[in-house]
Amino acid sequence: MTPVIPTDHIIEITYLIATVLFILSLKWMSSPSTARRGVFAAEAGMLLAVIGTLLHHGIVEYKWIAIALVIGSIIGVPLGEVAMTAVPQRTALSHAFGACCVTLVGTAEFYLRTPNVPRLMMGVLALEVILGSLTFTGSLMAAGKLQEILPQRPITYKGANIVNLSVLAMAVLVAGFLVAHPGNKALFPVIIGVPLLFGVLMIIPIGGADMPTVISLLNSYAGLSAAAMGFVLDSKLLIVAGALDGASGLILSINMSKAMNRSFTNVLFGAFGQEHTSAAGAQEARPVHSATAEEAAAILAAANKVVIVPGYGMAVAQAQHKVRELYDALSKRGVDVKFGIHPVAGRMPGHMNVLLAEADIPYDKLLDMDDVNSDFPQTDVALVIGANDVTNPAARTDASSPIFGMPILDVDKARTVMVIKRGMSPGFAGIDNPLYYLDNTLMLFGDAKAFVGAIVRELTGGHS
Amino acid sequence: MQSDLITNLYVFILAAFIGFEVIRRVSPLLHTPLMSLTNALDAIAVVGAIILAGEHKSTLSTVLGTIAIVAATSNLVGGFIITDRMLKMFKSSRPQKP
Repeated sequence: MTPVIPTDHIIEITYLIATVLFILSLKWMSSPSTARRGVFAAEAGMLLAVIGTLLHHGIVEYKWIAIALVIGSIIGVPLGEVAMTAVPQRTALSHAFGACCVTLVGTAEFYLRTPNVPRLMMGVLALEVILGSLTFTGSLMAAGKLQEILPQRPITYKGANIVNLSVLAMAVLVAGFLVAHPGNKALFPVIIGVPLLFGVLMIIPIGGADMPTVISLLNSYAGLSAAAMGFVLDSKLLIVAGALDGASGLILSINMSKAMNRSFTNVLFGAFGQEHTSAAGAQEARPVHSATAEEAAAILAAANKVVIVPGYGMAVAQAQHKVRELYDALSKRGVDVKFGIHPVAGRMPGHMNVLLAEADIPYDKLLDMDDVNSDFPQTDVALVIGANDVTNPAARTDASSPIFGMPILDVDKARTVMVIKRGMSPGFAGIDNPLYYLDNTLMLFGDAKAFVGAIVRELTGGHS
Repeated sequence: MQSDLITNLYVFILAAFIGFEVIRRVSPLLHTPLMSLTNALDAIAVVGAIILAGEHKSTLSTVLGTIAIVAATSNLVGGFIITDRMLKMFKSSRPQKP
């Protein structure tokens, strides 16, 4: 007996509903008040799509599917439970997993279909496998650097760009040859192996400060390779999901590049800090004003309006919970405390927001650069914690500075600037920061967590 | 085949435009959860892997398909868990409407 609705149609309907739910889920991500509904919609869509797929008439063997789903879930749960400080490397790792899946499926499809692969299809398949493989190793490298298994500083050598570009060109050439001769089984591993190598070479010269851009770019590649897989499998659901992911990654990379005043090519082929480190080392010592926790606490207590500017240093020192105590202590005294967050603060887009939200700081106190910059002239104290280059006024004034033109947080316009810093070493990019020598700047030397803790003790100890 | 590809290209272009318009509106506040959510969505590639592993057309395709399911599922499960964990932390200081 044939069912009323053919199974194929049921599958297509589940895919269609899943597609709608995916788009809605991203729409609901626009605001924190609806975002969790977005996750729920995405989960529902995913569940529907997986159930629909399991009904597929071509499936003859469920054993391996079931085993793989269970193993995947077992690996997935701990990856979902990582500490918030480890989110950047977890994200990089998940880009690698996604790319791995796409590459493996593409490879299997090639060997199933060859030599009867239409040329256009072979082109898309090559694109899928090339993007997938380079994203796989690139993301693993990025995760390794973020986890500090690999050195974080950029590693450059003469002619690196030429080497990288020729490696990529080789992959493209071989892919072109395969499009002309899709029956050439022996050549297919080349368009996996060479991009795998390119992924490694691509990330070697990338430093920590460039990670937000690179992670976003890898996000975009992962999405595009999934969309290419959708073309190969003729799955519109996959094409839509891949296009959404690709678009999201692309928007984020453009945002990050803009926030650093750099082009994509500059990020990928630039290796920022290298040439400037020597120049910064030669800088002679200039006088700075420094202050103790007691003095800092007194100034903060007398302020009406305080803006805290967190950077990667806050994450490294795990100071976000102490910062929350400071926020509480000052709020209790009636001080208006807000947070100014630069788009590239931290190691991935939105990194600081997540850390501060984890420390229970209300999200309406977290302002992005454009909103907070107009506030600085009316701000009594700007407190910089572990951020450097994103507050460097040389980006506005000094045309010879390597970061000239980069949009920054105008902390120097506040009445008093306080900078918590371990010492006078230059920031990641190796550029000296004139902010530290201003008359209205007070340097608070010490570990971010310990120093904020000391200020909190001063604020709560004697007076409250 | 050729016309399918063209239809799919239309789908891709339209989805990309929807993606741009929708994601442009996401507040920078939520960029980290956004990335982990789109990562989880990307794990929809699992449907391709499931069919590949289930069709059992060759040993190679079954093996690669099975590994691909593991990779995608771990992304899917991990991605949703962490996104929801992050979003739970975002609280407003203003009293929330029920």
